[in-house]
Amino acid sequence: MTSVATQSGPARGAGLWDRLTIRTKRVVWAWAFLAVPIVFYAGIRFYPTFQAFWLSLTDWDLLRPASFIGLGNYEALFSDPLFWRVFRNTFTYLIIGTPVSLVIAFVVAYYLDRVRFMHGFIRALYFLPFLTTAAAMAWVWRWFYQPVPIGVINGFLGTVGLPAQPFLRSVDQALPAIMATAIWAGLGFQIIIFMAGLRAIPTTYYEAARIDGLGEWAILRKITLPLLKPTTVFLVVFSSIGFLRIFDQVYNMTTNDPGGPLNSTKPLVLMIYQTAFSSYDMGYAAAQTVVLFTILLIVSLMQLWVLRNRA
Amino acid sequence: MTTMAAPTTELAANGRDIRPGRIVTWTLLLIGGLVMITPLAFMFSTSLKSAGQVYDLRLIPAQPTLDNYIKVLSDGRFLRWFVNSTLVATAVTLSNVFFDSLVGYTLAKFQFRGRYFIFLAILSTLMIPTEMLVIPWYLMSSQLGWLDTYWGIMFPGMMTAFGTFLMKQFFETVPDDFLEAARVDGLNEFTIWWKIAMPMVTPAISALAIFTFLGNWTAFFWPLIVTTSRELYTLPVGLSSFAVEQSIQWEMIMTGAALATVPTLIVFLVLQRFIVRGVMLAGLKG
Repeated sequence: MTSVATQSGPARGAGLWDRLTIRTKRVVWAWAFLAVPIVFYAGIRFYPTFQAFWLSLTDWDLLRPASFIGLGNYEALFSDPLFWRVFRNTFTYLIIGTPVSLVIAFVVAYYLDRVRFMHGFIRALYFLPFLTTAAAMAWVWRWFYQPVPIGVINGFLGTVGLPAQPFLRSVDQALPAIMATAIWAGLGFQIIIFMAGLRAIPTTYYEAARIDGLGEWAILRKITLPLLKPTTVFLVVFSSIGFLRIFDQVYNMTTNDPGGPLNSTKPLVLMIYQTAFSSYDMGYAAAQTVVLFTILLIVSLMQLWVLRNRA
Repeated sequence: MTTMAAPTTELAANGRDIRPGRIVTWTLLLIGGLVMITPLAFMFSTSLKSAGQVYDLRLIPAQPTLDNYIKVLSDGRFLRWFVNSTLVATAVTLSNVFFDSLVGYTLAKFQFRGRYFIFLAILSTLMIPTEMLVIPWYLMSSQLGWLDTYWGIMFPGMMTAFGTFLMKQFFETVPDDFLEAARVDGLNEFTIWWKIAMPMVTPAISALAIFTFLGNWTAFFWPLIVTTSRELYTLPVGLSSFAVEQSIQWEMIMTGAALATVPTLIVFLVLQRFIVRGVMLAGLKG
């Protein structure tokens, strides 16, 4: 080991650096490269993570110094009817939003993949919404949902002879209306990922299936979908995390009564935002973020579990 | 029957023949695509209508006018927000391209004790949602005087685990021979990374840069929390406050939304090929 190393730099003499072996020099370089990032990850990622856990056990409210109250925040949270309402809303976004967007994305990707004529143009139409700012497009959609003389959708319903809908003003329709905005914004990304997945399937599989006389539908069920599983799992998790963290659309579409009407659209992140930055109840908000973290962790672990089962 | 027909179907799939089924599929896809851009089309069309024409829901304005744009741009707020967003997104992107690549390269190409531990530690931060960190970040910013500053908006995103992971994957494909040759030539390790290794992973760098820029350009949650004065709002936060203030003047709100969307949409449309390739790259590797 040393014999290889000493070939390096004794020629230039006495400096400490020059006496180091090549191997050691490279280790020094590596840690020098990592120095600033280590400080960053320790100070901006790890320390705040532990602090969030700690704050969730205190009654800190910006005014008085934080004092330890054990699991008091969690007890308060789990007995808060608003939390359970918000919990239900958050999972409604997830449980309806993810399958609906994935089915649409797959159908579009499946057919778009075979289209040659104006392929790039049609793909761009679907992809464009992904490049927009959620906060800006939330206002466009909010305008679409307005009542009769203003709203585009109600205007359209009127022309085809259907009754006007209350959309954002209704306890039942507001959440699906906001969810549609989020689905619309994420569709382009999912279509592109599905198309990448479809192209990664070797054509020999299809050729073999055709020679065996399998129909379109059988090929889809027996070859395409099973081979596409890693892509689908990735998109399910990616989109689930997105819906669990939904905020921009809800905040901007319900500014006069955030999360309303009657908290019917309020997701967990909006509750966190209000608890922390409207009520300044920081300890309580920290406990809510820990709950969000736990939910996201479970979703991610489920992904690992599903993928491991496959291998 | 079907068995006999199968080979011809296969040939047809590669050929250029036009069958009714394909025309229907193509037309449906086109209609779906047009529905997708309807919100953008209406946003743009309404921004060209005067207050009196807003109730006229035709897509092509009867008398298009640029008055709304002149009104919205006249007090300079949007320009300021535009500059803020550009500044913040550019600085964060440069930082990510530099540091994520440097760390990814170090983890891919150097042998040292603790390498795997550092890699796992960085990767584990992917599990921590931003929402959990904003309260500590807010506390930190208020103690260090970072609230309501550019640095305050930027500091949480200066490096990302996702970017580091992406770059590490790509640096692993760079052959060691090139780096060894540079070492024999007497180049120092920093120069080897910057001058030899970096140019070999440009597709990954452009994907990382586009993603980071897009993510920070559209970011809403943290800028909303950390900025309190109007002069420091980013474009999404500024637009949101502007829209609240305009109440029911939808033509003004649509003009604001168009100003927040269209310039970048044009840039991204030009870069579409790279973005699509980047999404595919990142989606498959990540």
